[in-house]
Amino acid sequence: MTGQVDATQRVRSMHPQKFAMWLFLVSVVMIFISLSSAYIVKKGVGDWEYIKFPPLFQVTTVLIILSSVMMHFAYISAKRNNIKHIRIGLIATALLAIAFVVGQYMAWIQLVDAGHFFVGNPSGSFIYVFTGLHVIHLFGALVFLFIVLGKAFKYEVHSKSMVRIEMCTTFWHFLGGLWLYLYLFLIFNN
Amino acid sequence: MSVTDIQLQEGLTHHNEHHDQNFISKYIFSTDHKTIAKQFLITGIFWALIGGALSLIFRLQLGFPEMNLEWLRPLLGQWITESGKLDAEFYLALVTMHGTIMVFFVLTAGLSGTFSNFLIPLQIGARDMASGFMNMLSYWFFFASSVVMFISLFIETGPAAGGWTVYPPLSALPQAIQGSGLGMTLWLVSMALFIASTLLGGINYITTVINMRTNGMSFSRLPLTIWAFFITAILGLLSFPVLLSAALLLIFDRSFGTSFYLSEIFIAGEALPNIGGSPILYQHLFWFLGHPEVYIVLLPALGITSEIIATNSRKPIFGYKAMIGSMLGIGFLSFIVWAHHMFVTGMNPFLGSVFTILTLVIAVPSAIKAFNYITTLWKGNIVFTPAMLFSIGLVSFFISGGLTGIFLGNSVLDINLHDTYFVVAHFHLVMGSASFFGLLAGVYHWFPKMFGRMMDDRLGKIHFWLSFVGIYLVFFPLHYIGIAGFPRRYYSFTSFETFNIYTDLNALVSVAAILTFAAQFIFLFNFFYSIFRGKLAPTNPWKSNTLEWTTPRNPGHGNWPGTIPSVYRWPYDYSKPGAKDDFIPQTVPYSHTPESNLEYEKEIAGNENITGVEKMDA
Ligand code: HEM
Ligand SMILES: [Cu+2]
Repeated sequence: MTGQVDATQRVRSMHPQKFAMWLFLVSVVMIFISLSSAYIVKKGVGDWEYIKFPPLFQVTTVLIILSSVMMHFAYISAKRNNIKHIRIGLIATALLAIAFVVGQYMAWIQLVDAGHFFVGNPSGSFIYVFTGLHVIHLFGALVFLFIVLGKAFKYEVHSKSMVRIEMCTTFWHFLGGLWLYLYLFLIFNN
Repeated sequence: MSVTDIQLQEGLTHHNEHHDQNFISKYIFSTDHKTIAKQFLITGIFWALIGGALSLIFRLQLGFPEMNLEWLRPLLGQWITESGKLDAEFYLALVTMHGTIMVFFVLTAGLSGTFSNFLIPLQIGARDMASGFMNMLSYWFFFASSVVMFISLFIETGPAAGGWTVYPPLSALPQAIQGSGLGMTLWLVSMALFIASTLLGGINYITTVINMRTNGMSFSRLPLTIWAFFITAILGLLSFPVLLSAALLLIFDRSFGTSFYLSEIFIAGEALPNIGGSPILYQHLFWFLGHPEVYIVLLPALGITSEIIATNSRKPIFGYKAMIGSMLGIGFLSFIVWAHHMFVTGMNPFLGSVFTILTLVIAVPSAIKAFNYITTLWKGNIVFTPAMLFSIGLVSFFISGGLTGIFLGNSVLDINLHDTYFVVAHFHLVMGSASFFGLLAGVYHWFPKMFGRMMDDRLGKIHFWLSFVGIYLVFFPLHYIGIAGFPRRYYSFTSFETFNIYTDLNALVSVAAILTFAAQFIFLFNFFYSIFRGKLAPTNPWKSNTLEWTTPRNPGHGNWPGTIPSVYRWPYDYSKPGAKDDFIPQTVPYSHTPESNLEYEKEIAGNENITGVEKMDA
C-alpha cells in the first residue's frame, strides 16, 4: 500500500482498502448471479431432474448463521476494547466455519447417496458448483480470519485499529448471506 | 474512526517517500503506476505484432488460395502441408488466436492497462493508485496469462481453434478438432489469469477515482478520459466475472465430464454420454460479457479522443455532460443487448424483436458522441498533431462501423448477415480499428509525459495516412463480400463457383493488409528511437489544461515533487473569451482570471479558498 497521499486529501473519502473490498464483493456477486441465471435458463430449456436436497443443508445453514453471530460478537468486542472476547469470538467463528465446511462435504455425500452426481444431469451438477464455489470463498475468508486472529493476539485489534476486523466481518456476513441466498434459490427453483 | 486510522498510517509512511530503488523494484516488480503503465504498453505492442502477423498468414490464404506457402515452413513447420498449403485446421487456430489476442491482450489490457494506469493518478492529482501492490499483481497476472497463451501457440496439437468466442460443443470436445485439446485447456487457463488481472486492475481504478482525487477535483471537473476509464472499469467489474462463470462450466465439461453445455452428441456415429446440457447457455453467458467487452475496448479510446480533440481544436469539448451521460447510457445499455449476437440460435421471434429495439437504442448515445466530436472540431483552430489525426480517424471509423451495426441490429437483416464478412467488417471498423487508433492517438499524445521526449511529427503523420487509407482498403470491401454471402471462418472459397468473381477483391484486401501492417513499423521505429533520441519534451507540449502537464518533465515516484496541486475549474477552458492565453490550466483559480470569468464564475471566485487547505464542511 502506498500511503503517501496528503492527509487532507484522503480524509473526506472512504478507506480505500474497505472500498476495494466492496468492489471485490460486487464481482463475487456477479459470479453467483450469472450462475443463478444460467441455472434458470437451463431449467427453462427442459430435461431437468428433480433434486432431493440433503437434510444436512439445514444444519449447515444454522452453523453459518451462528458463525456470523460470533463474528459480530468479536467485532463489537473490538469496538469495546475487550481483547479477551475478541479472541473468543474469532476462535468460535473459525470453529463454526470449519464445522460448516465439514457439513457441506457430508451433504455432498448425502447428495451422492440420493443419486445426484457431479457428472450427470446439470440440475445436480449445479448444486456442486454453487456449494463448491461458496466454500472456496469461505476458505479465503478463513485465511483472512486467521490473519485477524494473529493480530488480535498481538494486541493489534482494538477500537483504534478496526479496519481489518471490519473488513473481515463484512466479508463474513456477506458469505453467510450468500449461502442463505443460494439455499433459498435452490429450494425455490427446484 | 477510520479517519484516525488513515492519519496514523499517513504519518508513518510519509517520510519514506524518497528511498532508493534497485533495478528490480524500479523496472520489474515496480508498484509505480507509470512504470506499470509502460509495462502494459510494451506487452501490448508485442501482442499487437503477433496478432497482426497471424492475420497476415490467413490473409495470404484467403487472398491467394493457390499460393505456395513452402517458405513459411521454417516458421510454421508441420502446419504447412506436403503440397505447400496452410493446414485447414491451423487456419482456424490462426483466426482464433488473432481474435483472442487483439480483443483481450491488445485492446483490453494494452489499452486500459496502459492509459488507466498512466493517466488516472496523473489527471486526478494522486501520488499513485490506491494500491500499488494490487496494481503490480494485475500486471503480473497479465504477464502470466500472456506466457500461457504464447506457449499454446507452439504445442503440437496447436492453439485453441474454436473462434475467439470458443463456443461449445466444438471447444468442449477434443475429439472434434485438434485445437480443442491441450490448446483449449491453455486458453482457459490463460483467460482465467487474464480475468484476475482485469479485476485487480479495475478494482484499483474505481477505488482510485472515487477516493483519491485532489482538492477541488469534483466529478464535474474530471477530464473525460477519467470518466471513460472509470465507466470502463465498472463494466469490466460487472462482466468479467460472468466470463469466469462461463469458462468454469466449460472447464468442468471438458475435464470432469459434466454436461452443462453438452447434450445428445454423436461423434463418428457414436453417442457421447452427456445428456441434458445446452450449448446456447454458453452463448448467453459469453455474450453477457462479450457485448460489454466491446465497449470496454472502445470507451477508453473514446475518452482519449475527447481529450485530444478538445485540446487540439483549442475549443471546449462540446457537450461535456452529454458525453458523460452517453457513456453512462452506453454502459447501462450494453448489459441488455447481448442476444443480438444470437438472433439465429432459434430464439423466440418476439424476444428477437425486443433485443432489436434495445440494440437500436444504443445507437442514440453513440450518435450523440459522434455528433459532439464533430461539433467540437467545427470552427476550431485545429492543430493537426499525429494524435489529433488518429483521433479524427477514430471518429471516422466509429461512424462508418456504427452505421453497419444498425443493419445488424435488426434481427430480420441479421438472419442473412450473421456470420458473414459483413459482421467482420462491422466490428473491425467500429471496435478494432477505432480502438486501435485510440491507442495510437494516446501514445502520440502522452509520449512526452511517459518518456520525457517527443516523437517525430512527420513520421507520425506518414504513419497515420498509410494506416488510415490502408484500414479502409482492408475493411470496406469486406462489406460487399459479406453481403454476397461469404461466411466467416472458412478456410477456402475456391470450391464455390459463384464466389469466383470476388477473387480479385480478396487479393486486394490481402495486399492492403500487408501494406498496413508494414506501415506500423514506421511507428515502431519512431517509438523506440524517440525513447532514446527524441527531442527533449517541454513540460506542456500541447498547451493542455489537465494536471499531468503540471508535473516535471520526468515525474518521479509520487508524481509531484511538492504538494499536489489543487483544482479550480473544469479541464476544457480553451480559447475562453477574454483570457490572455488560449488555454487556462485546471490549477488556475477563478480569482486569478477576472478578465475571462463568466457571471457565475465570478461568484465562485469570491468564495475560492486558495491556501491549499480544504475547508472541512462535509
Ligand atoms: C450502433 C451501435 C451498434 C450496433 C447496433 C451493433 C450491432 C451488432 C450486431 C447486431 C452484431 C451481431 C452480428 C452477428 O453476429 O450477426 C454485432 C457484432 C459485433 N459488434 Fe456491433 N454494434 C454496434 C456497435 C458496436 C461497437 C461500438 C462495437 C465495439 C466497440 C461493436 C463490436 C462488435 C463485435 C466485436 C461484433 C462481432 C462479434 C463476433 O461475432 O465475433 N459493435 N454488432
Ligand atoms: Cu454486441
